[in-house]
Formats: sequence, structure tokens, C-alpha cells
Amino acid sequence: MSQITLNVNGAAQPLALEPDMPLLYALRNHLNLNGAKYGCGLGQCGACTVIVDDQPVFACLTPCAGLEGKKIRTVESLGSAEKPGPLQAAFIEKQAAQCGYCIAGMLMRAQSLLEQNPHPDEQTIREHMAGNLCRCGTHLRIIEAIKQVAGHNGSLT
Amino acid sequence: MTSHFLKSRTLWISVAVLAVIGLFGAFLLMWRPAIDPIERPTTFDTAQLQRGARVVEAGDCAVCHTRPGGEYLAGGLPLVTPFGTLFSTNITPDKQTGIGQWSLPAFKRAMRQGIARDGHFLYPAFPYVHYRRMSEGDIADAYAYLMSGPAVHAPALQNQMNFPMNIRPLVSFWNLLFLHGEPLKPVAERSEAWNRGRYLVDGPGHCAGCHSPLNLIGAEKSSEYLQGGSVDGWNALALIGMGQRANPWSREQLVGYLRADVVDGHGTPAGPMRPVSLSLARLPASEAEAIAEYLLSLQSPHSVTETTPTTQPGPPADHSTGALLFTSACAGCHGPAAPMREIDGRPGLQNTSALQASSSRNFLKTVLEGVPAIPGSPGPVMPPFAASLDSDQLGALAAYLRQQARPDQPWADLSSTIEALRQETK
Amino acid sequence: MSESNGLNPSRRAFLRGGALLMAFTLMPVARRALADTEVDTLGTVVLAPDLPGSLRTNPFLDAWIRIGADGITVYTGKVELGTGVKTALLQIAAERLQVPASAINLLTADTALTPNEGYTAGSHSIFDSGTALYNAAAQVREMLVDAAARSWQIDSSLLSTRDGVIEGPAGQRLTYADAVKHVDVHQYAEAQSPAMAAADFKLIGHNLPRLDIPAKVSGGAAFVQDMRLPGMLHARVIRPPRPGCTLQAFDAASVEALNGVVKVIRDGNYLAVLARDEWQAIKAMRSGIESAKWSGGEAIPEAAQIHDLLKRLPSRRYPISNTGNSSGAADTRFKARVTKQYLMHGSIGPSCAVAWFNDGILTVWTHTQGVYPLRAGIAEMLRLPPERVRCIHTEGSGCYGHNGADDAAADAALIAMRVPGTPVRVQWMREQENLWEPYSSAMVTEVDAGLSQGRLQDWTYELWTTPHNERIVNAGRLLPARLLARPFASAPSVPIAQPEGDGDRNAVPLYDLGSTRINMNFVTQMPFRTSAMRSLGAHINIFAIEASIDELAIKAGIDPVALRLAHLSDPRARAVVERVRDSIGWPHKSSEPGAGIGFAFARYKNIMGYCAIAVKLRVHPQTGEIRVDHVVTAVDVGQIVSPDGLRNQVEGGIVQSASWTLFEKVAYDAGGIRSYDWSGYPILRFTQLPKKVDVHLLDQPGEPFLGAAEIVQGPMAAALGNAVANATGQRWLNLPLTRSTQPA
Repeated sequence: MSQITLNVNGAAQPLALEPDMPLLYALRNHLNLNGAKYGCGLGQCGACTVIVDDQPVFACLTPCAGLEGKKIRTVESLGSAEKPGPLQAAFIEKQAAQCGYCIAGMLMRAQSLLEQNPHPDEQTIREHMAGNLCRCGTHLRIIEAIKQVAGHNGSLT
Repeated sequence: MTSHFLKSRTLWISVAVLAVIGLFGAFLLMWRPAIDPIERPTTFDTAQLQRGARVVEAGDCAVCHTRPGGEYLAGGLPLVTPFGTLFSTNITPDKQTGIGQWSLPAFKRAMRQGIARDGHFLYPAFPYVHYRRMSEGDIADAYAYLMSGPAVHAPALQNQMNFPMNIRPLVSFWNLLFLHGEPLKPVAERSEAWNRGRYLVDGPGHCAGCHSPLNLIGAEKSSEYLQGGSVDGWNALALIGMGQRANPWSREQLVGYLRADVVDGHGTPAGPMRPVSLSLARLPASEAEAIAEYLLSLQSPHSVTETTPTTQPGPPADHSTGALLFTSACAGCHGPAAPMREIDGRPGLQNTSALQASSSRNFLKTVLEGVPAIPGSPGPVMPPFAASLDSDQLGALAAYLRQQARPDQPWADLSSTIEALRQETK
Repeated sequence: MSESNGLNPSRRAFLRGGALLMAFTLMPVARRALADTEVDTLGTVVLAPDLPGSLRTNPFLDAWIRIGADGITVYTGKVELGTGVKTALLQIAAERLQVPASAINLLTADTALTPNEGYTAGSHSIFDSGTALYNAAAQVREMLVDAAARSWQIDSSLLSTRDGVIEGPAGQRLTYADAVKHVDVHQYAEAQSPAMAAADFKLIGHNLPRLDIPAKVSGGAAFVQDMRLPGMLHARVIRPPRPGCTLQAFDAASVEALNGVVKVIRDGNYLAVLARDEWQAIKAMRSGIESAKWSGGEAIPEAAQIHDLLKRLPSRRYPISNTGNSSGAADTRFKARVTKQYLMHGSIGPSCAVAWFNDGILTVWTHTQGVYPLRAGIAEMLRLPPERVRCIHTEGSGCYGHNGADDAAADAALIAMRVPGTPVRVQWMREQENLWEPYSSAMVTEVDAGLSQGRLQDWTYELWTTPHNERIVNAGRLLPARLLARPFASAPSVPIAQPEGDGDRNAVPLYDLGSTRINMNFVTQMPFRTSAMRSLGAHINIFAIEASIDELAIKAGIDPVALRLAHLSDPRARAVVERVRDSIGWPHKSSEPGAGIGFAFARYKNIMGYCAIAVKLRVHPQTGEIRVDHVVTAVDVGQIVSPDGLRNQVEGGIVQSASWTLFEKVAYDAGGIRSYDWSGYPILRFTQLPKKVDVHLLDQPGEPFLGAAEIVQGPMAAALGNAVANATGQRWLNLPLTRSTQPA
């Protein structure tokens, strides 16, 4: 075990972890955060997408070692079921989920885009989101939800 | 006084005459006429189109002339050169923004001399120095294929070239120095496959464009033909002496690699070679086999240089951090229990060119950038790790894996290479 | 070659008596429809054949609705698979109880609590459970009102209800919770329910935001994967490299020595590791994979020969439709062979389950589609009485049929029995899901259809398929049970009968035909384990039928949509076709090179939802790349419960079917299955989405619920195929629709 302090969603979290643990398992099993999902463990589907500093990463392949001092954000940082943030609210308004397993990763992938480019056009959104997979076919609504936030002069906070 | 006057007058006239001659010469050198626009041809010979499709594939036209996610052959891909950034152009038969008004002679002139239909000079990033070596028939077939496709309206993006290379006519001087070479003639004593391979390598495939070192003004050093170059921060392997080096290439390995397979001992192409290999994979296998036959016949003028072990001073390095990082980030695909290894029998990372090479660049570039998926097509993919591993971790991981591949030759300068690569990709 | 390649006229013999026919009414109008076997594989018994929906198998009203001081609880034996059905069922129950949706606590399938409704499958949930709740809720409400009327001694017609309170004309008030004390809800439902005009619906037909989405966008515990029980251990399984392998050597001791490993389980060819932490379990699994040495194994055929192989393997031939006399006269014929590859469900989250053997009861939290059949299978596997096994449905990643859910539940059960008192979570790895989930069968069909003077005449259709319904009818259907030292064998394969059909689903065109000769060759020796995936055989059958209709029309110089309309007598079928025809501006298409337009229609299983679709696309003349520009669909699923929920399902079906039809096939060769991850099984990505999708909902107020989730799959595939043919002038008949899979 190694001692490490991760800054997750704005809070410092001192943890004792196996030194080779990827971030996903620390988030899910040691911080009880459900947002990042295990989908493939191979960096192919994006269900585990979280933001480290300002970059989207696959939590399943990102070692915890080396994340000390970095700002890790999961979907839980965007808001709650009771008080959803703007992007979450747009996903709820557009009912942009079927099974919803991919959705937290979609939200974080979209969030990273909107932070760097607040008003992307649809083609940019499609290309940016192409790294994340959805199997139910909710893509059209996911795009609508992102467009809604991208269009409403909106700040993401 | 008079003589002075005369002298100065003579001098003045001489200067003027020289200037006129110079200007005229420069004019001749730097001016090319436009070739009349035509109406786009509408009928094509099916067999010719099929041949043309293969020529365009072998010439990797789409590799540069299609932007990721963009329309086929409509250009827009940024090409970063030491002289600035160029954007590839639209070579669909669109009348306004593509080559829809180009006649076959205009197309041939572009392919052999690097002059656009309207007479402007094309930058040599367009490999006309190689395409000029193609056969008449192949150029005509490629033309027919290009003209038969859907016209896409896609205006050229503004190039961002530095002075003085933003002045296109200056390319004429470059051409004066470097534009020679004639259509390739078969070498009688060599096999058909060898000749085909040489044609593909030196003509449409323009391998030397990346695999030869470039001089200060961006021309291939002909004295170091195919001795390795660099492109987009990747090392392009030396293509001579491939069979004789410390990590030699067999014919089978090379054919597989050229066709984007994963081969034991070398891995699979990444970076700019990936789309090239995917193009080759769409051609009959005989094409890659011909290329392999030719390349493996090229002997290195130098003896194998990579084998001298650099003795490692001091105690053996501690690779425990690298090993932990491998378990954490890599083993899911590259560990012995991974399905890629168990089911597909893919090689361990130590058996890849990237880790066997004397330079760490290609390994580091692959980890930083990954191998992107081709939407809808199966094939090896790898996520980018640029944001998942910091530079120290990348260094530790590289050192650990290099130690497994070449314990006698650790990579030097890992941290400076990593920093340089991170700067380049920013 | 075949074990019995002859006719099997007694196809329906396996159906339980009376199971086939059920009374199906939404409104209490006697209307009979044929139905269902797909959901009834095990354990459901028809007790009241004249009751509507699932009341026929669960006739007691208190099986569905219980009212007490703690509020109203509504039970359904169906489960949320990611389609929003939980919200839709709640709308129905609340509507008919006349209470706000928020007043109801809705419980989904749990063998300790809810009715046994078999499987949640086949677009049956609203059809079965929605219909049951529609009637049961209204009957319970009526009983409560009657009780109030009796106690107030006035006529019940003078009473009204609002928000769970019964109100009398003189200001009397009685809550449901009080009224229920005077009522015995433990009684059979009536065949007739109180009528309600569709115009009076306040919830049915209106959008209610889905209950589950807020948690899913904010990291709430929404899935079985998110369960954390006290002291829970994490397990991983180690599977052989392919079916039929024998474990030769395994170094359990070295795995046990790893950090955090609690137990290594070896039982015959069954291997699993159990650790305190999930990451430790993964590392132990990797170590175990390295040390396990396997031998033997079943041969895997070469992909290029699979369709020829299917025609040679042992099969039983079932007559599906045999009507009319062959005219033999046709001025236009179309003969073709159509093929489909193995497909994968490919849920984004691999299967997972949690099990806990405590005080002699084994509880399994599972994303199965059928908690009762799973319970029976697990009980048999563990040699426990079924009452000592409880299966509770907990959502998993999107479910599109029989995936790894049941097998993962069996894994959790097996492992939990080795550590009594301790909860165990099993999570499959991506490659385990891809290699071991039951696939959708590869199929080959042969059509020979004739047109004479504009009329469809003889229709000959022969199909070859492996099973589409290898549900859990015994322990041997659970993969882990086959690996044990005392292995269980799978029960014999049985196809689902018409009209629902199996590989033959939608093999019978809805069009008026002169004569039919339609047969299914049910291949019982499976090169790969196959089972249910959305729409079963309908995907390829509708593709083949609609391609034939188009080809006949084109050859005869008739507009393909006009030909369809000329052979559709059902006005609802005509309505969806006409809506799409007019909406897309049929047959106008863009003048761009490679542009095409295609049309398709089907009524799912010929008894459920209607769907017409038109697709505009471009096939790049040089690369063959297909870009879908515009999709227009019109659907009629009877009375709509949730318009937005329906729209979401239809959009999803369009996208998912586009992915199947354009890109997907399981890749394999003699060396093994190569589609072990997304790199070997590419699915549609955002960049390949249709640019624009228009969904028209044709509501049928007051008509029976018909189900929605699978109605689009076949028509979308067919419309794509027809549009590609229109674009290229070539008829591509091998799925997926890539240039390389068509003959040169």
C-alpha cells in the first residue's frame, strides 16, 4: 500500500492504495463515487471518462501515482440529482439517456469540450464525442443536450 | 572625364542589361503559364477507374488530402513543416475549389513539375519529385479516377508559411536544384517484383519523402537515400539494410507490417505510417510483397551500428516504478494475460521496433498519441496517454520497457526527448 | 447429415396448453390476439386465460397493488433494461389509481416480492405488464370507491377520487389507506375493468420525465455495478480460451499468495479469484490467466464458410406459412440469398452481479431479464431448493437480449456459496463479455418471389438459423454450470412458435400474397452459443422481404411504395407508410453523386407495433463509405404511454440498427474469436450518426399497447439496404452493408 492524497472534486482525499491502482478503482471503491464506470478497461469506450486538470482522461488507464497535486473531477462535481449543473440539467431536459451507463462519461467528455470551446458547432461536437461509445443509440439526444448548453451563451458553472 | 563618364555609362548599361537579363531569367524561371480550363469529363472507362483507384491508393493521395472526419480527397489536413504550416488542398473535381477544370496535361504538369493549372508553384510537400517518376499510364489512370469522384466544395485553407517561403515563386529555385529524375525504367536483370517494388517506393509511394533525411531547405538528401528521416516528430526508419540490423526484418514481417498487421518483432505501424499501411492493405498483397522484395535488397553502406552495447556505469537502474506503471496503465492490453496476447498472439512490447530502436521517439510518440480507431473498421487501437501519464512516469515506463527489450542499451536523454515531444504536440 | 431433416408438423406441441392464446384487452373490449412465448420460457403458468395481459398468469390483484399506511406499492415482474419502462408502467398504474405518480412506490422484479412475468423481452413489457396494471389498478380503485360508497351508504357513481383520497358529495373523505381496510384485494381480477376514455388520461399519453435519469447524470447509485455491501469481496472469473477446453494445470497457490487474495476457486474447468479489493482481484485474475494451461476445445469454423456450414449442420425443418396454391405464373421474379453474420449485444458495461449467502438464503442482485427463471437455474445448479434462492433485479448496462447477465449471476452465486456470510461482487471483464455472451445467430435465407400483373404471387422463403432463445430453462443453460467438475448440460433447443417466431420472426410478410411456402431450418448444433437479441430473426427477415419487394417493383416498373400500399389491407399499416412517404417527399432524392433513398415497412411479429421508415443516404462512389443524411419514420404502437419515451426508443432503435446493419459482425477464425474488444467489434460512433432523424408518432387512443423497443430494428436495416441499392444500382444482400462483404 502506498499513501497518496488525491484532489477529487475539490476535496483532498488521503488514501492508502495499491501503488499500481488505476484511478477508476480508487474513485469507485475507495471514494464510493459511482460516476466513472468500468466499460472496457482498455481506453476504448469512454465510460470511465473523468477530467484531470483540464483534460479528459480514461480513468481505467490513468495510474493514481502521479496524480497528486492534480485536480481530478468526476461527474459528481457537476451537480447533484437535486441540484444538477447546466450540462446535467440539459441531459435531464432532453432525456438524454436510455440505460444511462455511458452517460457520466459522456457528460465529462462534453464538459471538457465546453470548457475549452464554449460554443462548438455540431460537427465539432460529433468529432469530439467520437471517443465515447453508446450502445442504446442515445447519441442524437446527447448532441442535443450539449448543443443546448453550447448555445445558451452559457457558462458551465 | 569622358572616359569616366563612358566607363560609368558602360557600367550602368551593363548593370541594366544584366538586370534585364536577370529579370527575364527570373521571369522564365518563376513564371509558368496557366493551362486552359476544361469542362470536367463525364465519361470514364471502368477498367481505367479501377486501375486509377489502385494508383491513388499506392500514391497515398488520401493520406494527405483527406482531413480526419472530412470529405474524401477534399483536403484541409495541416502539414507542419520547418517552414510553416501547409494545408492540403481539395483534389476532388469541384469546379471552383478542386481540380474540376484541370485537363490531363495540367494534371501531368502538376505531377511532374509541381505547377498548378493556373501556373502557380506548388510546395514540394506535394511529392512531385517522386510522382514525376511515375508512368504516363498511371498518371492518366489516377487523373481519370480523381475526375470521376464526387465534387466537394471545399476552399483551400490559408497556409501559414514563414517568410520567405510564403513567396511561392521562390519554389522555382528549389526546383532548379532538386527537381530531376525521370520516369523509372525497369532494370532488366532484376525480377518483376523487384522492379515493381522499386517503382512503388520511388514513384507513387514516395517513401523517401519521409524515410530520407532532409537538407536545410527541405529537400531529400540524395546521398542518404532511404537512410531514415523524420516526420511530424516521428522517426521514419531507415529502409536500407533492413535485413541486416540488430532487429532484422524478414520478408514476412515486412509484408505484414506494410499491410498494417501486428507482427512479432516489430509491432504495428503507428503515427504517419499507419494510414500509409492501411492504404497498402487495401491493395493486392502482391504490392506490399513487391515493396518488401525491393527494400530488402537495399544494402546498408554502413556496417550495423546499433550493436555496440553502451556499458552502463554505476548500479543497475531501479525499474520498480516503471513496472508498477506498466501494470496500471499498459498490462490490460500488453501484459501476458491480455486478450491481445492470449488470443491474437500479439508480441510483447519488447518485440516491437519502437522499443528496439536506438531512439526512444517512436515509442514515446505512440504512448503520447496512441493509435486512433478507424471508425467502422476493426484493427489495433490505442488510447493516447499524454494526459494520463506525466513526463516522469513516461520516462520511468520507457526505461523499464527498454530495459526488457535492450538491457544492454538504455535510452539516453529520455527526459529531454519527452519534454521536446510534449512541446511539439502542444 | 441432419439428425432429422424432415418436417416437424407438431411445432406447437411444446407449448403449454392454452399458453398460446390469451385474451388481450386494454379497454374492456373483447379482442383476441395471439401472443407470446418469448417471455414465458419458464415458471409462468396460465391460471386465468381470459384475463388481460399478465393477469392471466398472475390473476390476484394484490400481486400487483398493495395499499397500506406506508403508501401505495405497485409491483411488476418486468425490469428496467434501459428503455424507461419503469416510468411508463408507473404512469399507467398512477393513471388508473388516479393518484400522482409520486405517490407510488414501484417495485420491479424480485422473486420474493413481485409477480412472475417470465422474461422482460420481445417488446412485451407494456403489452403484458402495462396491460395488467392498467386493469388491476382500475379494479382496485373501483373496489376502494365501492367500499367508501358502502360505508357512506351512497351510490358509488357520486364519488370521486383525487390524490389517493375518495371524496363524497357532502364533503366526506376517505383515504385509500383507510378504504383498503374494508376491501379484500387478495382476489382474482375481473375480465372487465372500469372504462376510461382516452381523452381523460392525465398521465398516459403524456410525458413524465424518467425517474432514473437524474441519478444517472449525477453519479447516483443506479446500477448493480454500483452496489457496495458491508464486507463485500470482489471476484473475477477466469475463463478458458474457448468453449470445450479442459484445464490441465493451474497454480492456485501462487495466485493465493498475492496481496489481498482471499480465495481461489477451482471446480473442474471453473476458475475464479476472490479478493478484498477490486484491483487486487483483477491482478489475481491476470496472474491466474497466465498460469492456467488449457487443452482441447471446440473447433471454430472459418468465417467465410459459415453460411454454407449452417445449411449443412443438423437441423429441424419447421413449416412457418403454407397458404394458397402456387400460381406458377409470374411475369417478374426475384430470387436471392441473403446473409447475416453473428452479432454481439455489446452492452457498454460488462455483466456484473452481487450475491450473498446468509442464514441459509442466497440472495442474488442481477441485471437478468428474468429473475424467476434465473432463480430456478441457480437453485438447480447449487442443488438448493428454489425458495432458498432470491433473485432481485438491479439495473445493469443497457440490455438488448440474452447477454452475460444470467451467467454472471450464476458466477456470483457459485462464488458466494464458498464464502458464506460474505457478499461477493463479480464483474466480468470486457473480453469475457465479448467472448462468452450468447450471440445473435448468423443466418442465411433464400427468397424466391414472383409478381404477376402488379400482384404479389408466390412467395417462397427458406431460412437457416441457430436458436434465438436459449433462455434459462435449466442449470445447463448457465455457462458456469457447464464448467463445473460435475457439469450440467444445456436443455435441448426449442424455437419460439409463430406468430412471435424465433429465427422466423417476421418471416411471413404482412403483404397480401397469392401463396406462401415459408420454412425454417432450425440448426441445433451451434458453432457458437446464440440466443435472443433484439428482434431475433426479424432483422434479416424484414431486410430480405423488403429488398424483394423493392426489386420486384423496380423490375416491373412500379413505384416500390405504391406496390407496398397495393398489398397492405390493414389501415394502420397503410397509415404509417403514407405518413413516411409524404413526410420525406418520396421518391425525391438529392442529385449528389452516390445519393440514394430507400423505404421499408413491417409490423413487428405481425401482431405488435407498426413501423415505416425511409432513409436518404450517400454511398461514396469511390470509398464505399455510407453517410446517412436523413431518416424519417412513423410508428404506431397503439395507445402511447409516454410520447417522449417512445421517441427515445425509436431513435435508439434507428441508431442501433444502423450500427448492426452497416458495421457489425463478430470476427473469428480457426484461431479464435477476434472480437474480444471494441477494436475487434467496431460499432457506430458519433461521427457516423444519421445527420437528421424525424420520428412521427401515430397515436391510437384507447387501443391496446403494442410495445416499442424492437419495432425499428428490421425496418431500419431494410430501408438502409434499399437506399444503398438505389444509390449504387447494386443489390447488397450480405449484412453488414459494406462493399467488401458483397460479391464483386
